[in-house]
Amino acid sequence: MTRQDALFNYVLKLGDQSLVYGHRMSEWCSKAPMLEEDLALTNIALDYIGRARAFLSYAAELEGKSRSEDDLAYKRGEREFYNNLMVELPIGDFAFTMARQFLLSSYEYFLFTGLAQSKDEKLAAIANKVIKEVRYHWTHSRDWLMRLGLGTSVSHEKLQRAIDELWIYTDELFETGPEDQLLKSAGIVFNMDEIKTVWTELVHSILKEIDITIPETTFSQTGSRLGIHTEHLGHLLAEMQYLVRAYPEARW
Amino acid sequence: MDVLIAGTSFQDKIDHDINIEPKDVMPDEYRTHLIRQISQHAHSEVIGMQPEGNWITRAPSLRAKQILLAKIQDEGGHGLYLYSAAETLGISRDEMIRQLHEGKARYSNIFNYPALTWADIGAIGWLVDGAAIVNQVSLQKTSYGPYARAMVRICKEESFHQRQGYEIMAHMMDGTADQKQMAQDAVNRWWWPALMMFGPHDSDSPHSGAAFRWKIKNKSNDELRRKFIDKTVPQAEVIGLRIPDPDLKWNEMKQSYDHGKINWEEFRQVINGNGPCNRQRMQHHVKYHEEGRWVREAAEAYKNRLKQSN
Ligand SMILES: [Fe+2]
Ligand SMILES: [Fe+2]
Repeated sequence: MTRQDALFNYVLKLGDQSLVYGHRMSEWCSKAPMLEEDLALTNIALDYIGRARAFLSYAAELEGKSRSEDDLAYKRGEREFYNNLMVELPIGDFAFTMARQFLLSSYEYFLFTGLAQSKDEKLAAIANKVIKEVRYHWTHSRDWLMRLGLGTSVSHEKLQRAIDELWIYTDELFETGPEDQLLKSAGIVFNMDEIKTVWTELVHSILKEIDITIPETTFSQTGSRLGIHTEHLGHLLAEMQYLVRAYPEARW
Repeated sequence: MDVLIAGTSFQDKIDHDINIEPKDVMPDEYRTHLIRQISQHAHSEVIGMQPEGNWITRAPSLRAKQILLAKIQDEGGHGLYLYSAAETLGISRDEMIRQLHEGKARYSNIFNYPALTWADIGAIGWLVDGAAIVNQVSLQKTSYGPYARAMVRICKEESFHQRQGYEIMAHMMDGTADQKQMAQDAVNRWWWPALMMFGPHDSDSPHSGAAFRWKIKNKSNDELRRKFIDKTVPQAEVIGLRIPDPDLKWNEMKQSYDHGKINWEEFRQVINGNGPCNRQRMQHHVKYHEEGRWVREAAEAYKNRLKQSN
């Protein structure tokens, strides 16, 4: 694998992550607990869709096969998507959504802070822009974790259940493969073990503050690096891609 | 000057086009009329998120998805401004939502129709937002200050809504046979309900007398409807869409279009709960309002906890 191929894979994965997660967050439209939160959640969805466009169009450029961002989004099947399993899980209840946002934003904060220093200028530029959104998402979800964790016994219980369900998907966020080594040695990406250490510290400290226990499990789910997903992704893509696939001749 | 204005009676202010503000003296009927109208307007923005929201996850390009999401988000924002405007009249948002759920407050009839294909997203932006703009532009001069100011903010965003809808239609009319057929079908289904958005003919409009005297309204239903038709028909022609009204004709004398008969029986049926989506829209709103209760309670409990620890 060349460095160019490795970079394509890496950027594509970032694009898939944003696209699939943005899709999930957009499902909250008209369903939030209050109107203000409806706007906040669709705003987050919008940020991720915007990010998906930036990464996918860059991936298309790196690939050089004259595919567009939409070709990559709408014309690949479920075994060709490389987002982490965590982001494709259904939205669940509000506690699940906020817990996932918090775990993810904490991870993204360190990831994109690193990538903002990447030797690949374009990747660094996108990361720089993304980091501002991530700060807002992180603060928003942290504030909700405080409210839910310290609010009522019902909200505390729901939040605990959400963390219990999500925890086995967290490890996968930090997985790396041989192509990441290639990019790391070129100064394009950074050490995931270090990111995992600071992430763990941050997440533990916030969850401790609100009396949420982290499940004791050494087992974790994996597969996305090979394009092996949960059953949920196929349905998500069927919905997302339906028009483009049903009318292959049409331009929209 | 302030002293002079403070001493002026309600109707004097109205007659001199001075806005009525929340703390001013106003007749109970004026207040009630406005609460009914503004809350209905707010609920319409919010319920309107449902038919369009139905297509976010299926938007056929990432750009289209972004535009649609941003558009729906605007509508939610309009709902917020309008709830706040109504709150200045002494009613809470909780109370307005309760009235909506109990069927005492209404929302625009148009959202009781289904968004069936992607072309409906175009038709809604072009025709439904297009009709709403005509109405809202005239409301920028309404006599109640907070309502008028909310309208000014809203109108700035609405023209983008209308344009994005028209762009979708234009794109589809420039596309494959399937796309053209889809676009025409959407216009066939949305045209008449869009005309009904302006309400009954002036000759059978029950509330309009006082609304005119108080300058809440300054143009009649039929005037606004005519404005909408006159601006929309040429737009349809440009992209090759047919308006589904065989009696539609340019009237040289009036310099305006004459239109065919509106099916007011359908209008009455939909208003009385028998539209294709009335139950679905209400059930959706109630369901998610109920499901969100524990979240609102947690937020409230947390706020109290912070207060106590201070
Ligand atoms: Fe609106
Ligand atoms: Fe609008």
